[in-house]
Amino acid sequence: MMWWAVLGAAVGCYLLKLAGLSVPPRVLERPVIARVADLIPVALLAALIAVQVFASGHDLVVDARALGLGVAVVLLLLRAPFLVVVFGAALAAALVRLA
Amino acid sequence: MTDAPLDRSERAAIIRDSLGVGIATGAYGVSFGAVSVSAGLSVAQTCALSLLVFTGASQFALVGVVAAGGAPLSGALTALLLGTRNTLYGLRMAPLLRFTGWRRIGAAQVLIDESTAMGVTRETTAAARLGFLTTGVSIFVLWNLFTAVGAVAGNEIGDPRTYGLDAAVGAAFLALLWPRLRSRRNQLVAAAAAVVALATVPIVPAGVPVLAAAAVALLAGVLTTGESP
Repeated sequence: MMWWAVLGAAVGCYLLKLAGLSVPPRVLERPVIARVADLIPVALLAALIAVQVFASGHDLVVDARALGLGVAVVLLLLRAPFLVVVFGAALAAALVRLA
Repeated sequence: MTDAPLDRSERAAIIRDSLGVGIATGAYGVSFGAVSVSAGLSVAQTCALSLLVFTGASQFALVGVVAAGGAPLSGALTALLLGTRNTLYGLRMAPLLRFTGWRRIGAAQVLIDESTAMGVTRETTAAARLGFLTTGVSIFVLWNLFTAVGAVAGNEIGDPRTYGLDAAVGAAFLALLWPRLRSRRNQLVAAAAAVVALATVPIVPAGVPVLAAAAVALLAGVLTTGESP
């Protein structure tokens, strides 16, 4: 039973990915669709950040990750390079957990 | 979208940033491997999930449902629901990547959150492909390697949170979102999406909040007019 679930999820998830890449380019030339496609990464990234940082299971929490995000904001305002932002946030979270 | 080639420094910068995201994300495979085995899946099933499903949220959802006592097939359905996110990514990435034939069939497997994020901000097809593939392939290799390590070693290695890696992922997503926050419309959409995601966290299964937030983009796209900034 477990193997069927594993293989079913594998086939389904792959086809979902392939379907997205296989939509004809014409579809994106319609203004409404182009606008939505443009806004989707903005909405998804914002949601991923929110969930990644403030969710713990079904609970909302403020912990070391929020501090990491705060450090990331400061580093971005200072125009720090991408990797400095990412590892600066990790370092801040790791240090505050040690304390 | 142009066909302009990449100069060397641009190329190096894209590879460096993509590998950074790849390493931080791939290391998370340890926690997936450990969680999956403790949920009752075998090491082989755990490794098959990372190799074949290869989309983190869906994998965690499947083993999460099983760990909570749910039927394996309802775990698989939850994984598929979350996998629809990658269809949206594909829609966005297709005109940037312009892959056809076998290359599209191969690229589809590494179409995930991070590879999309590292490809979608590029100006040219060459840059988009480089960011997408470097991120996607490095995560694929490391994610599978670390899944196997986590599955075999269980919880011995320790929690990746000790190293702050959970905060690193949020920071990486923020750094990717940052350049898109210049327009007022995008700021509002981002704020609304974050609020919708957090508001739904307590009441819907893990992963669904991000899908709910995608509805904000849909709504804003349909209701607003005018050119993209």
